[in-house]
Amino acid sequence: MSSVIFFIAAIGAVGGAVGTVSLRNAFYSVLALVVHLIALAALFLLLRAEFIAAAQVIVYAGAVMVLYVFVVAYVGGMEGPLVGATGRFPRVISVVFAGALFVELCIALIGTGIKALDTDGAPYKVGFGTPGAIGQVLLTTYLVAFEVASLLLLVAAVGAVILARRRAGVPDTGEVSVADVMRSRDATLTEQPPETMLEAGGPPHR
Amino acid sequence: MNITWYLVVSALIFSIGAGGVLVRRNPLVILLCLELMLNAGNLALVAFARAHGNHGGQVFALIVMVVAACEVAVGLGLVVALYRRRLPIDVDELRELQG
Repeated sequence: MSSVIFFIAAIGAVGGAVGTVSLRNAFYSVLALVVHLIALAALFLLLRAEFIAAAQVIVYAGAVMVLYVFVVAYVGGMEGPLVGATGRFPRVISVVFAGALFVELCIALIGTGIKALDTDGAPYKVGFGTPGAIGQVLLTTYLVAFEVASLLLLVAAVGAVILARRRAGVPDTGEVSVADVMRSRDATLTEQPPETMLEAGGPPHR
Repeated sequence: MNITWYLVVSALIFSIGAGGVLVRRNPLVILLCLELMLNAGNLALVAFARAHGNHGGQVFALIVMVVAACEVAVGLGLVVALYRRRLPIDVDELRELQG
Protein backbone atom coordinates (compact mmCIF):
# COMPACT_ATOMS: atom_id res chain seq x y z
CA MET A 1 0.00 0.00 0.00
CA SER A 2 2.71 2.43 0.92
CA SER A 3 4.57 1.71 -2.33
CA VAL A 4 1.43 2.53 -4.35
CA ILE A 5 1.10 5.86 -2.55
CA PHE A 6 4.82 6.45 -3.03
CA PHE A 7 4.64 5.99 -6.78
CA ILE A 8 1.54 8.16 -7.13
CA ALA A 9 3.15 10.95 -5.09
CA ALA A 10 6.51 10.60 -6.85
CA ILE A 11 4.88 10.81 -10.29
CA GLY A 12 2.94 13.85 -9.12
CA ALA A 13 6.08 15.52 -7.80
CA VAL A 14 8.14 14.85 -10.93
CA GLY A 15 5.26 15.82 -13.21
CA GLY A 16 4.77 19.06 -11.34
CA ALA A 17 8.48 19.79 -11.64
CA VAL A 18 8.45 19.15 -15.39
CA GLY A 19 5.39 21.35 -15.75
CA THR A 20 7.05 24.15 -13.80
CA VAL A 21 10.03 24.13 -16.13
CA SER A 22 8.26 23.60 -19.44
CA LEU A 23 5.01 25.57 -19.28
CA ARG A 24 5.12 28.80 -21.27
CA ASN A 25 2.94 31.01 -19.09
CA ALA A 26 4.49 31.85 -15.70
CA PHE A 27 1.06 31.64 -14.05
CA TYR A 28 0.69 28.00 -15.09
CA SER A 29 4.24 27.37 -13.85
CA VAL A 30 3.22 28.59 -10.40
CA LEU A 31 0.18 26.29 -10.41
CA ALA A 32 2.34 23.33 -11.48
CA LEU A 33 4.68 24.12 -8.59
CA VAL A 34 1.71 24.00 -6.19
CA VAL A 35 0.92 20.48 -7.48
CA HIS A 36 4.58 19.55 -6.98
CA LEU A 37 4.62 20.88 -3.42
CA ILE A 38 1.48 19.01 -2.38
CA ALA A 39 2.80 15.74 -3.86
CA LEU A 40 6.05 16.36 -1.98
CA ALA A 41 4.07 16.81 1.24
CA ALA A 42 2.60 13.33 0.65
CA LEU A 43 6.15 11.96 0.31
CA PHE A 44 7.07 13.67 3.59
CA LEU A 45 4.10 11.97 5.26
CA LEU A 46 5.33 8.60 3.97
CA LEU A 47 8.69 9.39 5.56
CA ARG A 48 6.92 10.04 8.89
CA ALA A 49 7.65 13.76 8.88
CA GLU A 50 4.18 14.96 9.82
CA PHE A 51 5.12 18.42 10.99
CA ILE A 52 7.28 19.10 7.93
CA ALA A 53 4.43 18.02 5.65
CA ALA A 54 1.98 20.33 7.41
CA ALA A 55 4.43 23.24 7.29
CA GLN A 56 5.06 22.53 3.61
CA VAL A 57 1.37 22.75 2.73
CA ILE A 58 0.62 25.77 4.92
CA VAL A 59 3.74 27.88 4.41
CA TYR A 60 4.87 26.88 0.92
CA ALA A 61 1.77 25.88 -1.01
CA GLY A 62 -0.23 28.48 0.87
CA ALA A 63 1.63 31.66 1.68
CA VAL A 64 4.67 31.68 -0.63
CA MET A 65 2.68 30.62 -3.69
CA VAL A 66 0.10 33.34 -3.04
CA LEU A 67 2.99 35.83 -3.08
CA TYR A 68 4.11 34.40 -6.44
CA VAL A 69 0.60 34.59 -7.88
CA PHE A 70 0.29 38.25 -6.89
CA VAL A 71 3.65 39.18 -8.42
CA VAL A 72 2.88 37.27 -11.64
CA ALA A 73 -0.45 39.08 -11.87
CA TYR A 74 1.29 42.42 -11.27
CA VAL A 75 4.17 41.94 -13.70
CA GLY A 76 2.40 39.86 -16.33
CA GLY A 77 3.59 36.34 -16.86
CA MET A 78 3.71 35.99 -20.61
CA GLU A 79 7.05 35.08 -22.10
CA GLY A 80 8.33 35.07 -25.64
CA PRO A 81 9.57 31.95 -27.35
CA LEU A 82 11.88 29.75 -25.31
CA VAL A 83 14.66 30.05 -27.87
CA GLY A 84 15.74 33.67 -27.76
CA ALA A 85 18.48 35.85 -29.14
CA THR A 86 21.22 33.61 -27.78
CA GLY A 87 20.11 30.80 -30.07
CA ARG A 88 19.29 27.16 -29.60
CA PHE A 89 22.76 25.82 -28.82
CA PRO A 90 23.02 26.93 -25.13
CA ARG A 91 19.57 25.42 -24.46
CA VAL A 92 20.61 22.03 -25.79
CA ILE A 93 23.79 22.19 -23.71
CA SER A 94 21.67 23.03 -20.64
CA VAL A 95 19.44 19.98 -21.10
CA VAL A 96 22.46 17.74 -21.63
CA PHE A 97 23.99 19.18 -18.45
CA ALA A 98 20.84 18.43 -16.45
CA GLY A 99 20.81 14.83 -17.70
CA ALA A 100 24.48 14.40 -16.85
CA LEU A 101 23.82 15.80 -13.37
CA PHE A 102 21.05 13.24 -12.79
CA VAL A 103 23.24 10.33 -13.95
CA GLU A 104 26.06 11.52 -11.75
CA LEU A 105 23.83 11.82 -8.68
CA CYS A 106 22.44 8.33 -9.28
CA ILE A 107 25.94 6.88 -9.58
CA ALA A 108 26.86 8.58 -6.30
CA LEU A 109 23.73 7.18 -4.62
CA ILE A 110 24.18 3.61 -5.83
CA GLY A 111 27.91 3.58 -5.20
CA THR A 112 27.63 4.87 -1.65
CA GLY A 113 28.48 2.55 1.21
CA ILE A 114 25.72 3.72 3.58
CA LYS A 115 23.96 0.56 4.71
CA ALA A 116 20.80 2.32 5.92
CA LEU A 117 19.84 3.30 2.38
CA ASP A 118 18.85 -0.24 1.42
CA THR A 119 16.39 -0.58 4.29
CA ASP A 120 13.05 0.99 5.05
CA GLY A 121 14.73 3.20 7.62
CA ALA A 122 15.30 3.01 11.34
CA PRO A 123 12.65 1.25 13.45
CA TYR A 124 9.70 3.55 14.03
CA LYS A 125 9.45 5.12 17.46
CA VAL A 126 6.16 6.53 18.70
CA GLY A 127 6.22 10.30 18.41
CA PHE A 128 8.83 10.53 15.64
CA GLY A 129 8.24 13.62 13.51
CA THR A 130 5.31 14.99 15.51
CA PRO A 131 5.15 18.73 16.25
CA GLY A 132 5.99 18.11 19.90
CA ALA A 133 9.17 16.17 19.14
CA ILE A 134 10.29 18.64 16.46
CA GLY A 135 9.60 21.60 18.72
CA GLN A 136 11.56 20.11 21.58
CA VAL A 137 14.61 19.44 19.40
CA LEU A 138 14.32 22.83 17.69
CA LEU A 139 14.27 24.78 20.95
CA THR A 140 17.00 22.83 22.74
CA THR A 141 19.63 21.34 20.45
CA TYR A 142 19.15 23.67 17.49
CA LEU A 143 18.28 26.87 19.36
CA VAL A 144 21.04 28.90 17.66
CA ALA A 145 19.82 27.92 14.20
CA PHE A 146 16.27 28.89 15.20
CA GLU A 147 17.34 32.35 16.35
CA VAL A 148 19.52 32.96 13.30
CA ALA A 149 16.58 31.96 11.08
CA SER A 150 14.38 34.55 12.77
CA LEU A 151 17.05 37.21 12.23
CA LEU A 152 17.36 36.17 8.57
CA LEU A 153 13.60 36.52 8.09
CA LEU A 154 13.71 40.03 9.54
CA VAL A 155 16.58 41.08 7.25
CA ALA A 156 14.83 39.59 4.20
CA ALA A 157 11.55 41.38 4.99
CA VAL A 158 13.31 44.75 5.38
CA GLY A 159 15.33 44.13 2.23
CA ALA A 160 12.25 43.26 0.17
CA VAL A 161 10.48 46.43 1.32
CA ILE A 162 13.52 48.60 0.47
CA LEU A 163 13.97 46.95 -2.94
CA ALA A 164 10.36 47.28 -4.02
CA ARG A 165 9.58 50.76 -2.68
CA ARG A 166 9.12 53.86 -4.81
CA ARG A 167 12.25 55.99 -4.87
CA ALA A 168 11.84 59.75 -4.51
CA GLY A 169 14.70 60.74 -6.84
CA VAL A 170 14.02 58.33 -9.68
CA PRO A 171 11.11 59.22 -11.96
CA ASP A 172 8.59 56.45 -11.56
CA THR A 173 7.76 55.51 -15.12
CA GLY A 174 5.73 52.56 -14.01
CA GLU A 175 2.61 54.54 -13.20
CA VAL A 176 1.63 57.70 -15.06
CA SER A 177 -1.47 59.51 -13.92
CA VAL A 178 -3.95 61.15 -16.29
CA ALA A 179 -3.03 64.61 -14.98
CA ASP A 180 0.61 64.04 -15.93
CA VAL A 181 -0.35 63.08 -19.47
CA MET A 182 -2.56 66.16 -19.86
CA ARG A 183 0.14 68.49 -18.55
CA SER A 184 2.78 67.00 -20.84
CA ARG A 185 0.47 67.49 -23.84
CA ASP A 186 -0.01 71.15 -22.88
CA ALA A 187 3.76 71.54 -22.61
CA THR A 188 4.30 70.04 -26.07
CA LEU A 189 1.69 72.37 -27.54
CA THR A 190 3.72 75.35 -26.37
CA GLU A 191 6.81 73.93 -28.12
CA GLN A 192 8.68 73.32 -24.88
CA PRO A 193 9.08 69.57 -24.56
CA PRO A 194 9.77 68.62 -20.93
CA GLU A 195 12.68 66.43 -20.02
CA THR A 196 10.81 64.10 -17.71
CA MET A 197 7.35 63.55 -16.41
CA LEU A 198 8.33 65.04 -13.07
CA GLU A 199 9.43 68.30 -14.68
CA ALA A 200 6.24 68.33 -16.72
CA GLY A 201 4.27 68.17 -13.51
CA GLY A 202 5.88 71.33 -12.18
CA PRO A 203 7.93 71.54 -8.99
CA PRO A 204 8.13 68.28 -7.11
CA HIS A 205 5.42 68.09 -4.48
CA ARG A 206 6.57 64.85 -2.86
CA MET B 1 9.88 1.61 0.37
CA ASN B 2 13.65 1.76 0.28
CA ILE B 3 15.23 5.06 1.23
CA THR B 4 17.14 4.89 -2.05
CA TRP B 5 13.92 5.42 -4.02
CA TYR B 6 13.29 8.70 -2.25
CA LEU B 7 16.84 9.82 -2.95
CA VAL B 8 16.49 8.96 -6.65
CA VAL B 9 13.29 11.04 -6.84
CA SER B 10 15.14 13.84 -5.08
CA ALA B 11 18.01 13.67 -7.58
CA LEU B 12 15.55 13.73 -10.48
CA ILE B 13 13.74 16.81 -9.16
CA PHE B 14 17.06 18.55 -8.52
CA SER B 15 18.22 17.87 -12.09
CA ILE B 16 14.95 19.17 -13.52
CA GLY B 17 15.29 22.33 -11.44
CA ALA B 18 18.90 22.87 -12.49
CA GLY B 19 17.98 22.43 -16.15
CA GLY B 20 15.12 24.88 -15.72
CA VAL B 21 17.40 27.54 -14.21
CA LEU B 22 19.64 27.24 -17.26
CA VAL B 23 16.90 27.06 -19.90
CA ARG B 24 14.29 29.60 -18.85
CA ARG B 25 14.69 33.37 -19.30
CA ASN B 26 11.92 34.80 -17.12
CA PRO B 27 13.38 35.59 -13.64
CA LEU B 28 10.09 34.60 -12.02
CA VAL B 29 10.34 31.09 -13.49
CA ILE B 30 14.02 30.92 -12.55
CA LEU B 31 12.99 31.60 -8.93
CA LEU B 32 10.43 28.79 -9.22
CA CYS B 33 13.16 26.43 -10.47
CA LEU B 34 15.35 27.41 -7.52
CA GLU B 35 12.42 26.43 -5.30
CA LEU B 36 12.40 23.05 -7.04
CA MET B 37 16.08 22.52 -6.25
CA LEU B 38 15.63 23.51 -2.60
CA ASN B 39 12.67 21.17 -2.27
CA ALA B 40 14.71 18.30 -3.72
CA GLY B 41 17.28 18.99 -1.02
CA ASN B 42 14.50 18.98 1.58
CA LEU B 43 13.28 15.59 0.40
CA ALA B 44 16.79 14.14 0.68
CA LEU B 45 17.19 15.62 4.18
CA VAL B 46 13.89 14.15 5.40
CA ALA B 47 14.77 10.79 3.83
CA PHE B 48 18.09 10.74 5.68
CA ALA B 49 16.32 11.70 8.91
CA ARG B 50 14.06 8.67 8.42
CA ALA B 51 17.02 6.43 7.63
CA HIS B 52 18.82 7.34 10.83
CA GLY B 53 15.78 7.79 13.08
CA ASN B 54 17.07 11.23 14.04
CA HIS B 55 15.23 14.54 14.09
CA GLY B 56 18.21 16.59 12.91
CA GLY B 57 17.38 16.24 9.23
CA GLN B 58 13.81 17.40 9.72
CA VAL B 59 14.93 20.49 11.64
CA PHE B 60 17.42 21.18 8.84
CA ALA B 61 14.57 20.92 6.32
CA LEU B 62 12.57 23.48 8.30
CA ILE B 63 15.52 25.90 8.28
CA VAL B 64 15.89 25.38 4.52
CA MET B 65 12.22 26.33 4.13
CA VAL B 66 12.90 29.57 6.05
CA VAL B 67 15.87 30.36 3.80
CA ALA B 68 13.75 29.64 0.72
CA ALA B 69 11.06 32.04 1.95
CA CYS B 70 13.69 34.77 2.42
CA GLU B 71 15.07 34.14 -1.06
CA VAL B 72 11.57 34.40 -2.54
CA ALA B 73 10.91 37.69 -0.75
CA VAL B 74 14.13 39.32 -1.96
CA GLY B 75 13.85 37.85 -5.47
CA LEU B 76 10.27 39.01 -5.96
CA GLY B 77 11.26 42.44 -4.63
CA LEU B 78 13.94 42.59 -7.32
CA VAL B 79 11.45 41.57 -10.02
CA VAL B 80 8.99 44.26 -8.90
CA ALA B 81 11.81 46.84 -8.89
CA LEU B 82 12.75 45.79 -12.46
CA TYR B 83 9.15 46.17 -13.54
CA ARG B 84 8.88 49.65 -11.96
CA ARG B 85 11.94 50.82 -13.91
CA ARG B 86 10.41 49.43 -17.13
CA LEU B 87 13.38 47.13 -17.65
CA PRO B 88 12.79 43.92 -19.63
CA ILE B 89 11.78 40.97 -17.46
CA ASP B 90 14.28 38.74 -19.22
CA VAL B 91 17.65 37.63 -17.89
CA ASP B 92 19.11 37.41 -21.41
CA GLU B 93 18.56 41.13 -21.94
CA LEU B 94 19.69 42.27 -18.49
CA ARG B 95 23.38 42.18 -19.28
CA GLU B 96 24.65 45.34 -17.66
CA LEU B 97 26.26 43.52 -14.74
CA GLN B 98 27.94 40.95 -16.97
CA GLY B 99 31.03 43.10 -17.53
